[in-house]
Amino acid sequence: MSPEAPHRTANFGVKVWLTWVALLGLLVWLFVSLHLDFGYAKQKLPYLLGVRLTPDGFIQGAALTLFVTACSMICALLVALLTALGRMSSNPIGFGIATFYASLFRGTPLLVQVLIFYLALPQVGIVLGALSAGILALSLNYGAYLAETIRSGMMGVAPGQREAGMALGLPRWLIVWKITGPQALRLIIPPAGALFISMLKDSSLVSILGLWELNFLAQSYARASYHYMEMLICAAVIYWMLSIVFEVIQHRLELRFGRGVESSGR
Amino acid sequence: MAEASNPVAAESSPLIAIDRLNKWFGRDHVLTDLSLALSNGERLVICGPSGSGKSTLLRCINGLEPHQSGTIVVDGTPLTRQSSALERVRRDVGMVFQSFNLFQHLTVLENCVLAPLWVRKQSKPQAEATAVDYLHRVHMGDYIGSYPGQLSGGQQQRVAIARALCMQPKVMMFDEPTSALDPEMTKEVLEIILALSTTGMTMICVTHEMAFARQIADRVMFMDRGQLIEQGSPADLFERPQTERLRVFLNQVLRERRS
Repeated sequence: MSPEAPHRTANFGVKVWLTWVALLGLLVWLFVSLHLDFGYAKQKLPYLLGVRLTPDGFIQGAALTLFVTACSMICALLVALLTALGRMSSNPIGFGIATFYASLFRGTPLLVQVLIFYLALPQVGIVLGALSAGILALSLNYGAYLAETIRSGMMGVAPGQREAGMALGLPRWLIVWKITGPQALRLIIPPAGALFISMLKDSSLVSILGLWELNFLAQSYARASYHYMEMLICAAVIYWMLSIVFEVIQHRLELRFGRGVESSGR
Repeated sequence: MAEASNPVAAESSPLIAIDRLNKWFGRDHVLTDLSLALSNGERLVICGPSGSGKSTLLRCINGLEPHQSGTIVVDGTPLTRQSSALERVRRDVGMVFQSFNLFQHLTVLENCVLAPLWVRKQSKPQAEATAVDYLHRVHMGDYIGSYPGQLSGGQQQRVAIARALCMQPKVMMFDEPTSALDPEMTKEVLEIILALSTTGMTMICVTHEMAFARQIADRVMFMDRGQLIEQGSPADLFERPQTERLRVFLNQVLRERRS
């Protein structure tokens, strides 16, 4: 997002923005020239955004998408922390569990995992609701990737930082909390942010479970009115806006944890 | 050789007492039956060729490296692998590393107050006042808001010295503090250590700077291949080496100096 390379001129950023505006204008013009009818889409927009509840009083649309993503983010983070600890531990069983889990969930498609949790488990007597099955699948899948990100971040902190903390008599938890943790976060945040944005978009997969999230609603309104182009464009724009919000948050966090590195000009 | 038998009587017993220390890295026997007693206020310089175990010895004293046999007693506390013993010893033993190891994400002042705040439980104003005082003494008082990445190597090492001093340690250990520095910066760091030595601080210094060793040391230890070969006053050791190994080492160091 921010230009960093030294050879770039002062108005580099302005030119980038102008390019963006031009491309966006081109895209809008393209859709306008298709003579689409956004009247129906406009009418359905409150439902897509989720500012209205479903008839039985549940959240829907983008609000549900955000809810699923947020729950999955928290669960994935917990799973990933445990897995990363296992990956870094000298205990063979802990290491074994962590690597087995990561291999299994990274080596199978998310869609298959979602279906196993929702459609296959009831066959053996485990019945999960659509919401919990979706969140579980997303959490376990993304937790496996996030674990590797966390591990490489922790490994990326110079060993001398930990030793300096030990030499000062700091207890182990404090070294992680005050010294290695914050420095690892600087390395973890960019790839983790990318994972969470990708999770936001992959949450559309849970639409096949019949959850009334953004993609599901767009598709069903489209089917009902045969306004596929309009409804799917609306859904795409909303996903895109949400992703941009995530990116901005990630950028803020990067600045916060980049202290001491930014200033040295790296 | 001093006996380290009675660690209870802190007054008469040495500040650091090491008895027949052995340390292996895998099959490498890096420290062999090493014994050492350091009394309060003493300034010890350890020299020897690289790979002789000097740094490992320092790292054993504050438990950064575990040892396999022998005992280390620091100010009455026997060093075990228990975190309570380790933390107590490390609190009282300041260490300055070859590669500075300042906390990269914290400012100079934050580097200095972290341990006093959390380990010594000092109040923030008190810790900051102490830190500023020490930073002035190492001529870094103008940089308290800077990040380590903005400082030169010599400046970073002087902050590292101040950071260790802020814990008010009973002994300071320097592990080749100037090996990563160019001659100009070496000079500014050695001057700080020299000034510190006049305050009565107990010190152990691993260094290749022989002129500095002679200036600062009460006693010099020569190590080779994990063993203590010779020790004595700087004059004795450098003018009248008793062993062939030390003679060879001194010749080498002198030749490097001239070239």
